[in-house]
Amino acid sequence: MSNSEKDLAPLLQRDYTEGFVTDIDSETLPPGLDEDVIRTISEKKNEPEWMLQWRLGAFKRWLKMAPPRWAHLHHPPVDFQDISYYSAPKKRDLLDSLDEVDPKLLETYEKLGIPIDEQKMLAGVKVAVDAVFDSVSVATTFKQTLLDAGVIFCPISEALQAYPELVKQYLGSVVPSADNFYAALNSAVFSDGSFVYIPKGVRCPMELSTYFRINEMNTGQFERTLIVAEEDSYVSYLEGCTAPMRDENQLHAAVVELVAMKGAQIKYSTVQNWYPGDENGKGGIYNFVTKRGACRGQGAKISWTQVETGSAITWKYPSVVLEGDDTIGEFYSVALTNNYQQADTGTKMIHVGKNSRSTIISKGISAGKGQNAYRGLVKVLKGAENARNYSQCDSLLMGDQCGAHTFPYMEVKNPSAVVEHEATTSRIGEDQLFYCRQRGMSEEDAVSMIVNGFCKEVFKELPMEFAVEAQKLLGISLEGSVG
Amino acid sequence: MLSIKNLHADIEGKPILKGVNLEIRTGEVHAIMGPNGSGKSTLANVLAGRDDYEVTSGSVEYRGMDLLDMEPEIRAREGVFLAFQYPVEIPGVTNMYLLKAAINSVRKHRGVEELDAREFLKLIKEKAAMVEMKQEFLYRSVNQGFSGGEKKRNEILQMALLEPHLSVLDETDSGLDIDALKIVAQGVNLLRSEQRSMVLVTHYQRLLDYIVPDYVHVLAGGRIIRSGGKELALELEQKGYGWVEDQAAA
Repeated sequence: MSNSEKDLAPLLQRDYTEGFVTDIDSETLPPGLDEDVIRTISEKKNEPEWMLQWRLGAFKRWLKMAPPRWAHLHHPPVDFQDISYYSAPKKRDLLDSLDEVDPKLLETYEKLGIPIDEQKMLAGVKVAVDAVFDSVSVATTFKQTLLDAGVIFCPISEALQAYPELVKQYLGSVVPSADNFYAALNSAVFSDGSFVYIPKGVRCPMELSTYFRINEMNTGQFERTLIVAEEDSYVSYLEGCTAPMRDENQLHAAVVELVAMKGAQIKYSTVQNWYPGDENGKGGIYNFVTKRGACRGQGAKISWTQVETGSAITWKYPSVVLEGDDTIGEFYSVALTNNYQQADTGTKMIHVGKNSRSTIISKGISAGKGQNAYRGLVKVLKGAENARNYSQCDSLLMGDQCGAHTFPYMEVKNPSAVVEHEATTSRIGEDQLFYCRQRGMSEEDAVSMIVNGFCKEVFKELPMEFAVEAQKLLGISLEGSVG
Repeated sequence: MLSIKNLHADIEGKPILKGVNLEIRTGEVHAIMGPNGSGKSTLANVLAGRDDYEVTSGSVEYRGMDLLDMEPEIRAREGVFLAFQYPVEIPGVTNMYLLKAAINSVRKHRGVEELDAREFLKLIKEKAAMVEMKQEFLYRSVNQGFSGGEKKRNEILQMALLEPHLSVLDETDSGLDIDALKIVAQGVNLLRSEQRSMVLVTHYQRLLDYIVPDYVHVLAGGRIIRSGGKELALELEQKGYGWVEDQAAA
């Protein structure tokens, strides 16, 4: 072990404070997946027939697909018959007020610091929250306030009852039901998630957020989020996720679809803190997520910001299809892997419209034995006159047993396009640490300061109150029990 | 202030310091000169507590404390300052942020109230003016894109801000043109006081034209082979290091 390795080791001991289990009666389907399971899920949700058929169609396609193997990830094969595809806390009817929410659930979110009580606010700011616990949404706040502004924010299961036409129109329109192995699985078995609809010209009056929590053992979470922003509307949306510490790996395969019409703007931020497994690589969430947005009309803008600190495995490429002219796609990412965590993450920017522009800023931090890969595709189609892309991928290594990898792909079919790519790899040097310590800072504060400096360009894209949260999270992930 | 006795230190198992003895009293300025590879920078780094250096024997007493027993940040908070030969760059961290974190950790350690943003701003502007540093440098990432001279000036700014008891300047003159050297020297001279001791580590006599030391020591082969007043530096300039080395060997 080199000197720097030895010195950093205690700083990298992670303390996963969200790892508790809520003791609550749940109704959980036995493990296994077949058509009957899908019918049961659909029935429990009282879904329209077309929804069931859509699911079954996806399932048929999924049976013929194989998990992707191209990612820079190594894990034993997932036994998809060993997972339960539905789990819900018992005694849940449609909730009209928070008073009817099981106090244990309220307590859970309280412990996580998530305000599902409308009287409470996050860092002094009003944020509407949809709380998803295992397979179902347990509470959504500020629904009425938002409805008054014309904004629909509700669990997708509820949207299927209340606004089936809207859901039908957009569901699968960005990520088709058989887009890839995990998206097909999600399409077959998704049980909840959030639905957001912003009408024409409306600026959503508050931040919207969804907090996902996996609680039950041997349960997969397959949520589906759909956000539609009509012409000239604006919405900022944040998702957060946590899970108990368990020895076995758990599967999370979500799909997020964003639709931005002419002049609309969607800002989607993620702070992902699923349980990463212990320091020996035991347990942790397998996070296989498909996220994609479509800029459908002229001047539409979609911006993805993600801070990925959790999960044993992360496989995720939030993408933007720049269909309209003058559209803008952005991807800002911080991915941290520590201990035995592995991440293969990045984005796809597909330039279709003229003068479409995209920016990619990716910051990968590897510590311990973590492996961190950036994988990005910039594709400029023939008609995308004057398309512009700027990509910057920076990797920071801590210690000498981790890895950083960059896989940039470019396909440019229009000669007027300008595509730029920059990449750097650096090591948190003992030099930097010593310099800060010589100025009186503790080693812990120094690491935290250096890492936050490295991530600054991404953090500044997060809504203010969440940027603070993200910084803290990064600090905890790296420093843990020291001090 | 500082009492170094029979100090031996290795780097990667290779002995570099082989019995250094040095007494520095409060208010004194000592220059340590010597040829390349003589152990000058090693001595500076050992005093600051860098990990790569292993002290194999000897002792260092600093203001009545066992310096070698203290973590680097504790030494810093107790008033030991090292102006680095190669100041590091820290992307994304503004100079302001680092400076504020630094002074507040020192103040906290000394039981003085930490400075708030307004108080700090006032103080740092004053100090920046002292080393003739433009304010825009305060808002830039630490040392990133700074010229050699700007980096060294930034070191002196930090020294001015932290007001250490003992400053060790490691080859602060290296890579500086004459104008930058003058500004850096002027900053150092302004900080010189009855309460403060300084160690100037340098290869050339040039720096000593601007900062006049009380004592000059020649370090060669890991030992101080000759000590004298400021005139020793001039003699070295004329006769070269070979002269003292030959004398010491004789």
